[in-house]
Amino acid sequence: MTTSYQLKRADFIFKYENDWEKILSKCISRTPQELINELISSELKGRGGAGFPTGLKWKLAAEVVDATKYVICNADEGEPGTFKDREILSMVPYKVLTGMAVCGYVIGAKEGYIYLRGEYFFLQPELNKAIREFEYYCKGINLDFTIRIFMGSGAYICGEETALFESMEGKRGEPRNKPPFPSSYGYMGKPTVINNVETLAHTYTIFKYGAKRFYDLGVQYSRGSKLFSVSGDTPKPGIYELELGMSLADFVDEFGDGDTKAVQVGGASGFLVPRKRFDETAIGFQGKLTGISLPTGGSMMLFNSSRSMFNVLDNYLEFFREESCGQCTPCRVGCQQLLMGIKAVKRGEKNAKYLDKLLRLTETMKLTAKCGLGQSVANSFSSIVENFREEMIY
Amino acid sequence: MINITINNKVIQVEEGTTIFEAAKQHGVLIPHFCYMENVHQIGSCRICVVEVEGGKTLMASCVTEVKEGMIVHTNSERVRDVRKVIYELMLSDHPKECLSCWRNQNCELQDLGNLIQISEFRYEGAKSKDIIDTSSPSIVRDSSKCILCRRCVTVCNDIQGVGLMNPHHRGFSTFIGPSEDELLGESVCTNCVQCVLVCPVGALKEKDSTAIVWEALYDKTKTIVVQTAPAVRAALGEVFGYEPGMLVTGKMASALHELGFNYVFDTNFAADLTIMEEGSEFLGRVKNAITAPGKNDVLPMITSCSPGWIKFIEHRYPDQLSNLSSCKSPHMMLGALTKTYFAEKMNIDPANIYVVSVMPCTAKKFEITRPEMFNNGLADVDAVITTRELGRMIKDAGIDFRNLPDGEFDSPLGLSSGAADIFGTTGGVMEAALRTVYELVTGRELPANNLHITPLEGLDRIKTAELKIENPLPEFSFLAEVTVKVAVTSGLLGAAELLNEIKKGTSPYHFIEIMGCPGGCISGGGQPRPVNDAIRTKRLEAIYREDEGKLLRKSHENQDIMMLYHDFLGVPLGHKSHELLHTVYTRRSKN
Repeated sequence: MTTSYQLKRADFIFKYENDWEKILSKCISRTPQELINELISSELKGRGGAGFPTGLKWKLAAEVVDATKYVICNADEGEPGTFKDREILSMVPYKVLTGMAVCGYVIGAKEGYIYLRGEYFFLQPELNKAIREFEYYCKGINLDFTIRIFMGSGAYICGEETALFESMEGKRGEPRNKPPFPSSYGYMGKPTVINNVETLAHTYTIFKYGAKRFYDLGVQYSRGSKLFSVSGDTPKPGIYELELGMSLADFVDEFGDGDTKAVQVGGASGFLVPRKRFDETAIGFQGKLTGISLPTGGSMMLFNSSRSMFNVLDNYLEFFREESCGQCTPCRVGCQQLLMGIKAVKRGEKNAKYLDKLLRLTETMKLTAKCGLGQSVANSFSSIVENFREEMIY
Repeated sequence: MINITINNKVIQVEEGTTIFEAAKQHGVLIPHFCYMENVHQIGSCRICVVEVEGGKTLMASCVTEVKEGMIVHTNSERVRDVRKVIYELMLSDHPKECLSCWRNQNCELQDLGNLIQISEFRYEGAKSKDIIDTSSPSIVRDSSKCILCRRCVTVCNDIQGVGLMNPHHRGFSTFIGPSEDELLGESVCTNCVQCVLVCPVGALKEKDSTAIVWEALYDKTKTIVVQTAPAVRAALGEVFGYEPGMLVTGKMASALHELGFNYVFDTNFAADLTIMEEGSEFLGRVKNAITAPGKNDVLPMITSCSPGWIKFIEHRYPDQLSNLSSCKSPHMMLGALTKTYFAEKMNIDPANIYVVSVMPCTAKKFEITRPEMFNNGLADVDAVITTRELGRMIKDAGIDFRNLPDGEFDSPLGLSSGAADIFGTTGGVMEAALRTVYELVTGRELPANNLHITPLEGLDRIKTAELKIENPLPEFSFLAEVTVKVAVTSGLLGAAELLNEIKKGTSPYHFIEIMGCPGGCISGGGQPRPVNDAIRTKRLEAIYREDEGKLLRKSHENQDIMMLYHDFLGVPLGHKSHELLHTVYTRRSKN
């Protein structure tokens, strides 16, 4: 086992630092280009799960010429098993606000929004207080940047960036066609940078300690640290900041209860990894280490041998059937068919071969659904059905 | 120009073209479903997906623009495979009751299944919605058949600006319609029924009135009178396989006689009458505005022939109701005259007369239920059937339409001018009115190219024209040197635009023609499917051909109209006219 596989803790995000004023002032004394370069060389990738390079995202939006641009912090943390953004916003909101303001400075945006998950309404008063203080300071240093909270209404799909814009514009939260991408056509049709809460918090670390400090963490293609929301059959559920690139085996050694049968990486839209593949699975963004490498929004659900994987899948599919926006055929009808299908197989109404037809259906969903939600239903379905086929039937 | 490769063929297309259009231009037809040319940009059905080399997923070709060097495969194994799966998914949430469905053999879902060679249903499943809403006099909505293509949403929101049809709920429970407990019949629906024209399946249909018409036809104690609107004759042929734009006036009259109607009248007669009444009303308003401002001088005056438009203004701009002409729509006028003038003349008890209107319009089905449209307890018109319904009745009766001889309309409510014919198309009412008004005012013929006011023709959303009055007759001297400004729009989005101007006080017009459906009655909600701009244009040309083919082209020269005034009505806007031909409007709630 190589060293890059070891599980290493990090402590940046939640470290108490009361120097945000200094960091912000320092950032706006640099040129936007310098800041973009700093971000690019840190190789920070989006922490919402998709892993798009953050520096590139800012650069693209900065290059578009438009008097009105927006910075949006995606705090619609809806993926089952994820609860890190909530903690960031309640413990270290200034890091996020600073990240937003710096982004605004870099791309030329004067308005920022935090799209806050509806269920997180209780964060609003404290967060607003922080925002007021933050804006007051911005005014003091002549940085024209305001931040508003926009409350979501509880739809999972609104975490998808274009659906989020639609929701903010007062429309039904449904994904748009892509392209155009947000960097040129986002909120109100204007160039927009939309970043996950954690991503913005990481930019704070990078701007404070420099790109190298961040880059030195993690492994190739997956630099830096990341928050993991650990739940399920574990003696120590909670949020942990770990360097990327660790193997799942190490992770389970640390967090498992000794009887871990499988780990769902990345929430309901992620993959289920069975015990036999713990060793070869690394948690990171891309590129093969020795086995597969999984991107993740940070949700890690551990299941021990007392769990029925049928029930797990049934639960996910219930979720997707309800949370699909109902727009495109593959996702709207597909999720329903998958759910009905596994139930029918379990009850013996359909024979086991029907699972293969369902797998074919997930392949179609992956290829043709309009947005990431519909495309990623296939992930958990195929990884569970392929690895625990027996449990689906008997 | 951009170079792309489609199915190994290198082609050049313009920048901004979608893959779907690019393929079509070069002879590659991609199976599609929810796509509507130029307007529908949602890409929701996913049937038209294609493989773009280098892409992780397949792309919906109807919304993806071409890029330089793109290599596209429209019929690879993967593409054909997923297309079938998606189709089967659609079908798994659709009742398979094709034989009893009104759209059987005229259904885009059936056509698509046939096209992509579906031979099995792998995914049987639950049905999501079973809302059947029959509350509206014009539309029946059967959600169980809806496959959520959202064309109706696009039409209702982006073209008509009514905003009633929308998706509700999420996931598999999503349904399209007014909000959860709202019934169409109690909503702001204008009954324009453009949504029915675009529905690919049987989820939206007009409220069928053929049954009650058949019943009336079988009732030998009744005198059954039928009238047909100008736009019907320009589209009915399509039901019987004729090319769009074929005029079938004579065959239609014969078919109606064969169906057993005792009298076949022409709504065009009443269109001429409308011009007399509305033209006089307009001159009155202008005169007041110039000579005695402050009383009965509300300008611009807006036409009132389109009941979908009327319901729209009643809901959305109730403060502007006084801008509307008080004229009933032509078929209501004809209905009222049938049960008075005609009944008197023929010595028939009006209670025994049953009036059927054949209309391109479904809003007329609502219009005849309005309390203002009754006279002495008798409905002016008893039933409205659409062009489509008439087509079905003719087929049902076993009438060989294509081999019918040309028939004639019956007297005394059958003669009409070319001005009446053009009521069927956007701009027509205005042109017809100006032909008469100008001549009444100046004693000279309208100085226009073959009586056509070219800027008011065609399918543009808002069309305007100006007409300067020179050397008027002495009684109209107040109009000397006045430039009359007119505007024409069709479709309710354009109507809203003009109404907002009026509301703000910036409207420069004296007279506005508004039709509820884009293109006017020729593409009304009751016309044969499909309707697109090419077909609209052909029907429009047919209407103008009908006009130009007539010797009589001005309403005020119609001898039967003159006789009607002489024998019965007296003068335009007289006492009898007010009683029979004019109406009032109702303020309705905005939601």
